[in-house]
Amino acid sequence: MDSFLPLVDENLRSALWFRPEMALTFGTLILFVLDVVFRRSAARVALLSAAALAVLAAAAGLLAIQPPDAQSLFNGMLANDAFAIFFKWLFLAAGALTVVIAAQGRDFPPERIGQFFALLMAIVLGMFMMASATDLLMVYLSLELVSMVSYVLAGFRKGDRKAAEGSLKYVIYGGVASGVMLFGMSYLYGLTGTTSLHAVGAQLQGIQAGSAVSVAATRIALVVSIVFVTAGVGYKVAAVPWHMWCPDVYEGAPTPFTAFLSVGPKAAGFALAIRIFNTALAGPASPATGFAVALAGIPWPAVIGVVSAVTMTLGNFTALGQTNLKRLLAYSSIAHAGYTLMGLSTVSDRGVQAVMIYMLVYLVMNVGAFLVVILVAEATGSESILDYRGLSRRHPVAAVAFAIFLFSLTGLPPFAGFAGKWYLFYAVFERIDGPGGGWYAWLALIGALNTAVSLYYYVRVVRAMFIDAPYTADAPAIRARPGYQLLLGGFSLAILVFGIWWTPMIRWTQASLQLFRG
Amino acid sequence: MISLTHFLVVGALLFTLGLVTVATRRNAVGILMGVELILNGANVNFVAFNHYVTGGVTGQVFALFVIVLAAAEAAVGLAIVLSIFQTFKTIDVRHADLMRE
Repeated sequence: MDSFLPLVDENLRSALWFRPEMALTFGTLILFVLDVVFRRSAARVALLSAAALAVLAAAAGLLAIQPPDAQSLFNGMLANDAFAIFFKWLFLAAGALTVVIAAQGRDFPPERIGQFFALLMAIVLGMFMMASATDLLMVYLSLELVSMVSYVLAGFRKGDRKAAEGSLKYVIYGGVASGVMLFGMSYLYGLTGTTSLHAVGAQLQGIQAGSAVSVAATRIALVVSIVFVTAGVGYKVAAVPWHMWCPDVYEGAPTPFTAFLSVGPKAAGFALAIRIFNTALAGPASPATGFAVALAGIPWPAVIGVVSAVTMTLGNFTALGQTNLKRLLAYSSIAHAGYTLMGLSTVSDRGVQAVMIYMLVYLVMNVGAFLVVILVAEATGSESILDYRGLSRRHPVAAVAFAIFLFSLTGLPPFAGFAGKWYLFYAVFERIDGPGGGWYAWLALIGALNTAVSLYYYVRVVRAMFIDAPYTADAPAIRARPGYQLLLGGFSLAILVFGIWWTPMIRWTQASLQLFRG
Repeated sequence: MISLTHFLVVGALLFTLGLVTVATRRNAVGILMGVELILNGANVNFVAFNHYVTGGVTGQVFALFVIVLAAAEAAVGLAIVLSIFQTFKTIDVRHADLMRE
């Protein structure tokens, strides 16, 4: 029995660093109980959303008092570091915004909103672990926790054909993607003899030794397994060719959850991708240049670059023809995953920082854009672009806010989206002069052309709102809840302020670059 | 004598058959069974690598976790198929294809 004692001690020690996650775990369970307790209460929605916010606040408080000491937890399963903590704050913000929006809206019937909040806390918990997973087992478990709850919430609207169809497509694509990832992991485990990401990295470093033939064979097997693992991550961030679920799920899911899905799990997917690629498949960045090299000569940065280019091109060109705003934003979110992948393909600290800044800015502007969709859908019952015609006269606040979000999504100055894009392109440009970096110039060019294409469909919406006459002559003025207007004002202000004053974002991400490397 | 290669071949076959099942089946339950085949292909690999290459229990524990998760995924998947049946009166996935542009 003695041999188990160190393991138990390690678990007890790690539990001290696991308090935010424990708050979320027990919060999920408590919310399910409160859902039953407040069954007949008149103020049911208010009480349950207050409870959900309290759970998130408890997790936030525990996260705030936790020092960002980089260390391994639970015998190498998780890592606590500044990088993970940055993303955890992002997930808490996404969760809190979703609770605030869902509590006011009509997307969730009051009798079922308690279940939604409880399951949402479970997703936040899964994303927390995605950001800190350092073992293949933990990668798989956390990804599945987020996915499985998402399948359920995507089909949350009962008796709705689109919801049922979206969740079916989600569960099938998700099941195949995670299965393919698991198969790749099994080969990675066989090739390296370990499931720890850090140990995988150490093993790959030693692969150059040995006869040429065996090295070549190992490398082929490695490339196959890494491509398979990429499938799981790519499906989570909705990168081509694993994006097929995205538009249908976004359209079928309740809109507040769509907004959450487009920022939370996407950011979690990028956190996981950075953790896998930059610790297991690349060495540490060299202090002189800030660049890292891919281990064992596997050309994964180029593969990610190609995926990035294809993703943004396909997302943008498909978005051109969309008339449903939710689908348009779904394809735009695919395109944004493509832009963000540019940061991952640079394998440098600057690239990681660019991804973090972009996900931060994207959280505000995309939730804001979906909030306008919710607002208009509540008044008109439709998500068609026709119902946005003349919005500037029917609801000026929403129209101006939506225009700000859309220009920010395009990446125009002086909006915050420009700061995010500027950093991504800067990270790519920096790489052009580096060793073997010629193709980065092409990537930057494709990215720039795509930005121009995206301007077209974003401006189409802006034109409908400000120039076109309303679809019907007697289109009523839209009345929006004060809470929505307050949120729209807050988001717009944040985008304008951080579009000009980048320093806090850059300082925060700079301080959060520390990745635990075993 | 059964070697590691035999197990890997079985694992790869299960994986491929699973993919083919998912790609060709029209019955939603059949597709979910294909997903199970994919997961079990990976499980065979994990246990085989554990026995022949690494020793210890890591691979076996991994396989156990996968079995549990596969059960959870089947539960969620079947619940969704049930809701498809209630709304579309069929579980043929060709009919559950309203959203398309």
